[in-house]
Amino acid sequence: MGRFQHVLIVGASSGMGAALARRYAAGGSRVALVARRRDLLEELAASIDAENGEGRALVFPHDVRNRGEVPELFQEIARALGGLDLVVYAAGIGLKVAFDEFDTAKDERIIEVNLLGAMAWLNPAAERFGRLKRGTIAGIGSIAGDRGRSGAPAYNTSKAALHTYLEALRNRVGRYGVKVVTLKPGFVATELTAGMGKLPMMVSAERAAEIMERKIRRGVVTAYIPARWRVVSWIIRSIPSVVFRHLRV
Amino acid sequence: MPALLPPDRLEWVPGWGQAVGAAGYVHRPSTVEDVRGVLGLTSERGVPLVLRGAGRSYGDAAFLPEAVVLDLSRMDRILAWDPRTGEVDVEPGVTVERLWRFALGDGWWPPVVTGTMRPTLGGGLAMNVHGKNNWARGTLGEHCTGLDLMLASGEVVPVTPEADPELFHAVVGGFGQLGVIVRARLRLKRVHSGLLEVEAVSGRDLGEMLRLADEAKDRWEYVVGWIDAFPGGRRLGRGLLHFARHLEPEEDPAPARTLRTRVQDLPDTLFGILPKSVLWRLLKPWTNRPGMRTINAVKYRLGSTVGDGARYLQTLAEFSFLLDYVPGWERVYLPGGLIQHQSFVPAGAAERVFARQLEACRKAGLPSFLAVLKRHRPDPFLMGHGVDGYSLALDLPVTASNRERLWRLVRELAEPVVEAGGRFYPAKDAALPGELYRASVGEERLGRFAALKARLDPGGMLRSALAERLLGPRWWQ
Repeated sequence: MGRFQHVLIVGASSGMGAALARRYAAGGSRVALVARRRDLLEELAASIDAENGEGRALVFPHDVRNRGEVPELFQEIARALGGLDLVVYAAGIGLKVAFDEFDTAKDERIIEVNLLGAMAWLNPAAERFGRLKRGTIAGIGSIAGDRGRSGAPAYNTSKAALHTYLEALRNRVGRYGVKVVTLKPGFVATELTAGMGKLPMMVSAERAAEIMERKIRRGVVTAYIPARWRVVSWIIRSIPSVVFRHLRV
Repeated sequence: MPALLPPDRLEWVPGWGQAVGAAGYVHRPSTVEDVRGVLGLTSERGVPLVLRGAGRSYGDAAFLPEAVVLDLSRMDRILAWDPRTGEVDVEPGVTVERLWRFALGDGWWPPVVTGTMRPTLGGGLAMNVHGKNNWARGTLGEHCTGLDLMLASGEVVPVTPEADPELFHAVVGGFGQLGVIVRARLRLKRVHSGLLEVEAVSGRDLGEMLRLADEAKDRWEYVVGWIDAFPGGRRLGRGLLHFARHLEPEEDPAPARTLRTRVQDLPDTLFGILPKSVLWRLLKPWTNRPGMRTINAVKYRLGSTVGDGARYLQTLAEFSFLLDYVPGWERVYLPGGLIQHQSFVPAGAAERVFARQLEACRKAGLPSFLAVLKRHRPDPFLMGHGVDGYSLALDLPVTASNRERLWRLVRELAEPVVEAGGRFYPAKDAALPGELYRASVGEERLGRFAALKARLDPGGMLRSALAERLLGPRWWQ
């Protein structure tokens, strides 16, 4: 049994969330799977149970935009799992935005899923873990949150805000022994990157989950996935604004 | 979906050994009516309820993950007292300490006390605790003359050993699974002095320790042995025994003085200077295998030479509450905590089984840091643990790296106990596999206990992690 016996993953139906769920279940954890698409969750849970034993994965269909549902659902999940040691917020969307498109409705949707949903789930997690003086929170941000690119303003904003929010949570509950881990993946082969063509330094969701699991276990503050993105991010962040605004990225 | 439980009641609820614990929604009622209110709340929300006293059970007896925790420690009133008969009515949260401090001035002492004075009497009855005088006086439940039991429905029923022997003998020692004890009546023991006469002797090996304890059991009220669990071979099971008896009338020239609680108070300092509150910090660097091997060896050497055969007077509190000498001692085992395993083995098989257990600990590289031997008699309770024999309690430190091995070791320790027809002590347990516990109790007793549970708490509201582990999650069905 790994360090985390009871794991809650929000955004578990596909991509890195699903890969993390498989990984934790294989390590002996009981995993609560939260996402909008019930069919995908049930399929994943069945596959996890088949590989690891009955009752290892529990399904909780939920749209992260329905934030009012969260307090009771959060408590119900903790009860169903028999405790809670780790909460991972992996839900995220990145809608395609044309260079000259300014669509507030699209931006709202991105902010709702990537940021407000994270706040709705991680606030009760931080409150609980702070009170119990134990537990780990992990949020999947992105290297995209390190700079405001012209091609994805709302997505970049949502991830940058998520990084800041996670840092603030760490500063609030870290003093009680709670770990808050900011995960910043680069390009990962998921639904989000499908159709984007060949992307540099792309890793599979499984490989990303493997690295993430290790970083979460160690309780690191911020982890780039894989680590070489830290160098890339540093270079990108070092480009002067006057130059960066002329780059079509 | 059930309604939200108040998040501000969420707390980490550990076992005393700190090795196991869980989050729970803790309610601390102060009246019987409040207890009924909490039962109503849990019933309405469909959330199970676990009972908790002072939280002094080493393992998982007083918590259940994500359940409502009914902490009864605030119900600590002494409701009635007759200094002529020594009969006392108490609320469940009255501690052993509160009781002896209250009654001693009138010349009464609890007939059974635990090694620490902190447990509550409600918890003590639920777990049917015993002390160093188990052979002479039995368990705490044998001195209870009646109790009020609140059922899961909120109804309060009086239960006495005469009017309802089956229920009484199942509730006492039924680890809080049949109802909430909201009032208990106990009969205390008359004492004529606040002092005990104590004799210390040493035993060179396990066989001698058992023989000495057996020879002393009818001559002394209290018989307790400490075993150095580190050496093997011919020295396996060596240790020290302490016997004690209450002074008879006229033996104490100043009983009015020795019966004062001030005389009984354990000192706050060591050697008059060092505050005992910091002692555990000094012990911590020694809480490892080489350190504890040294401490155990020195203790044995001193006890078997200068201390062997010593006779002296000791106050009741000094002799009874050894575990309270070092406040917060359990913290020396952090961060991993400790578990304790106590098994009860019929006299004829005790030497063989305990030798096997001590050897198993040594072979696994997990020797007990503190091992205690006691002499026992059978008890009349449905889920009782007493046998005509001995018990060996082993303190086993838990670390991140030994945890899985330790849980496997507990199985190894328990198997010969079951084979020998022995029993286990739920108050201290954290790791015993359920099938071994059930095998030790037997189908017939389990069936009777389950039938009572199904009748008194058909919804299975009252639970604990211990009950679920030992009996199964829905054992009464």
